[in-house]
Amino acid sequence: MTAADVLGQFLSGLARAGVLFLIAAGLSFIFGVVKIVNFAHGALYMVGAFLTYSFTVTLKLPFWWSIVLAAVCVAVIGILLEILLFRRVYGRPVADQLLLTFAMVLIIHDVMRLAYGSNLRSVPRPPLLAGAVFLGDVIFPSYYIFIVLTGLAVLGGFWAFLHRTRLGKTIRAAVGNREMVACLGKPLPWLFTTAFAAGVFVDGLAGAIGAPLGGIRLGMDFDIIILAFATVIVGGFGSLPGTALAAFIIGEAYAFGIWFVPTIALSLPFIIMAAVLIARPWGLLGRAGGGEL
Amino acid sequence: MRRWGLLALAVGTLALPQVAEPIVVHTAIEILIMALFAMSFNLLFDGAGLLTFGHGCYYGVGAYTAALLMTEVAMPMFAAMALAMVMGGLVALVFGFFCVRLTGVYFSILTLAFAQLMFSLFQQSYTLTGGDLGILDIQPPAFLVAVNGYYYFTLVVVGVAMWLLWRIIHSPFGRMLHASRDSVVRTQFIGIDVRRYRLAAFVLAGIFASLAGALFAPFNRAVAPFLVSWVKSSDPVLMTLLGGAATFWGPVVGAAIFTTLHTIAIGYTTYWLLLMGSILLVGVLFLPGGILGFLEERFPGVAGARRTRMTEAHGASSHARAD
Repeated sequence: MTAADVLGQFLSGLARAGVLFLIAAGLSFIFGVVKIVNFAHGALYMVGAFLTYSFTVTLKLPFWWSIVLAAVCVAVIGILLEILLFRRVYGRPVADQLLLTFAMVLIIHDVMRLAYGSNLRSVPRPPLLAGAVFLGDVIFPSYYIFIVLTGLAVLGGFWAFLHRTRLGKTIRAAVGNREMVACLGKPLPWLFTTAFAAGVFVDGLAGAIGAPLGGIRLGMDFDIIILAFATVIVGGFGSLPGTALAAFIIGEAYAFGIWFVPTIALSLPFIIMAAVLIARPWGLLGRAGGGEL
Repeated sequence: MRRWGLLALAVGTLALPQVAEPIVVHTAIEILIMALFAMSFNLLFDGAGLLTFGHGCYYGVGAYTAALLMTEVAMPMFAAMALAMVMGGLVALVFGFFCVRLTGVYFSILTLAFAQLMFSLFQQSYTLTGGDLGILDIQPPAFLVAVNGYYYFTLVVVGVAMWLLWRIIHSPFGRMLHASRDSVVRTQFIGIDVRRYRLAAFVLAGIFASLAGALFAPFNRAVAPFLVSWVKSSDPVLMTLLGGAATFWGPVVGAAIFTTLHTIAIGYTTYWLLLMGSILLVGVLFLPGGILGFLEERFPGVAGARRTRMTEAHGASSHARAD
């Protein structure tokens, strides 16, 4: 094991963290604004990945168009779901919300199976990013760097949106006090739909740029939703920097865990989550009784 | 009227193997096992207001423990089942210790995470559990090999278990669980350690779920990691909601409908999740109380529902943490 190996492994963990961050950020954002736990978030991520496969491999569209198209399609699906279904359970018991989104998980799972079958699919990396950057002995696959940069861009974008734009500020206000925002004449349902669409768009984007990393298969929805929840819980619900930190920790824990303790690598995120839940139930950077952005 | 209905049901259950085809008896055994599984889930869900997404974990632990003991050390089935319950209870005690510190969504996610942990454990340890292949050739004792014999055996075991669950839910302990579900703060005010009650409920639910699993292993003659998977964990959730969570018999009705539908549907389609998801979707939106809840609303008293409303109750547990 050399320093180069360690750095390489570190970068692969960072790439994993980038994808995880996008999913978890969307999940956390939707929860923060709409106060709904979207169990179908992982399923929509899977839809994003499968759509990317369709666009790049089946329709032979350029990669860059494909990932944008896939994310937009997932956002549109999200908007439809929000208007048709989610709205009906706002304010209903948490159990109802979980069950409704769980029903979506089951339906989306089988719809994807109907459309794509049960085989493993893969999306090739775009030619521009198929290579690697060499720094001495260290090999940095360009695609990993792209993912990390995308994650950082989304983190910055989210922050700028929430703190620098009028719409973002209104959404933050609605998180703090819905009634007041409604009294000021802001259309709450529309704000909710927008926030939902933003969260799901990032989720679909994660599915799209994550597609060339590993195989696309049924069941990835469930693996990822638990990881995403673990990330959000470790970071603290509603805290964007916390989510980023948690994604980093979990991504690296996996990357190095698979190296040193391969048998329990898959369990590491849960162990981290359990530890955080016991020591700091509101998460690393969350606030006790939090929920603000 | 209600008494006659129950009598007819009792006679029907007892006479079933004498009049019905083996496939029907086979399905009936499955219904009984799933009914017990769903009821153990509902002890937590309606009983304590805790929605677990990882209940398949205890079902699977029960099934695997019984299977391993019966095949590896040739333990008699009854002893293996008893030890399976002990094992299920122990696993529930360890996982529950962490889970009951949380409520609402956090609780659901952590239960799911533990179940996934268990799933990967069962799937990966080839030497002990056979990995993906599972364990084959689990033989019940000679007098239970025939489907009718196993049916009566299951009927007795599940019947006793249901009676115990009824006693638990209607005991002071069960009432206190309900109280903690409806208002954590008020329950704490009268000096109740809510976490300990919840942990006790979690362990009890785990024990009954592992009994259901232990019943299933010799019946099915084989176990596989599927029994620990999230699909298995979703079964009792769907059944309970379908039948009606706020009634004692709701999970049983749900298990009967679910299992029958499944048996029929797999003959025609492999898209079972799509069908079940759609039913759940419609159920949550338009029939929040489940089938028995709906009947109870129309014909009060028919389903023996309690007076407490579950919507209000679960609203109370929507806070992130109990403390």
